[in-house]
Amino acid sequence: MSETTTKQRPGTMRLIDAVGQSMPPAAWVSILHRFSGIIMFLLLPFIIWVFDRSLESDLGYQYIADVFAGGIGPVRGWFFKLVALALIWSYLHHFIAGVRHLWMDATHSVSKEFGRVSALVTLGLSIVLTLALGYKLFF
Amino acid sequence: MTQNFGSKRTVVGAHYGLRDWLAQRITAVLMAIFTVALVVQVLLPGPMGYARWSGIFGHQWMKMLTFVTIIALLYHVWVGMRDVIMDYVKPVGIKLVLQVGVIVWLVGCAGWAIQVLWRL
Repeated sequence: MSETTTKQRPGTMRLIDAVGQSMPPAAWVSILHRFSGIIMFLLLPFIIWVFDRSLESDLGYQYIADVFAGGIGPVRGWFFKLVALALIWSYLHHFIAGVRHLWMDATHSVSKEFGRVSALVTLGLSIVLTLALGYKLFF
Repeated sequence: MTQNFGSKRTVVGAHYGLRDWLAQRITAVLMAIFTVALVVQVLLPGPMGYARWSGIFGHQWMKMLTFVTIIALLYHVWVGMRDVIMDYVKPVGIKLVLQVGVIVWLVGCAGWAIQVLWRL
């Protein structure tokens, strides 16, 4: 081995490091795929709770509708809608990025161009659908 | 024959990780089928209320599909979170606690969801 000075390797990229770099769209899709998965994992009890109460009875269903309208105690209804919106985006991004993975697996589309275009489509489509569903949710 | 047990066990190479890679894809497809089935039923014309909502999950085929989805989700989330923990948590002790915690938590959540489903 020659006596060259080797740059210190940066190690594993942490989530916080990701946002500091200039990343191509495919890199954003990838880290957001992970991030959206984590968000859904953390909000899983919320999802099951809504599932539980809404299916319990007519009163339970109404209760959930009221939670999103009027809130619970000091926590306002719009906060719950924001949480739902975060879930909507997370699911949409995760789903579309996942389909992108499946497409790459099935068709062996591994060119840089495909990576770039499909990444932009993923980001665009998930944001557009989130905005559309968010509009329905809030207005 | 090479020794492949105990401390000499091979943990890299062929087929290692293939099961979970494939499981992620398969569980994803199952959950996508469930998503489509649910979204279609929700978007059908007519007002949404408790009667319709509980009606969707009242059909036996939907209960089966939802149950499969819950199990698929359990495994899918486990592989995903395990990968995240493996990437960011290096100390073995903490990693073990977190991974066991995730499994226990997910199994509990699955149980809760199954309970909700079969109450109907």
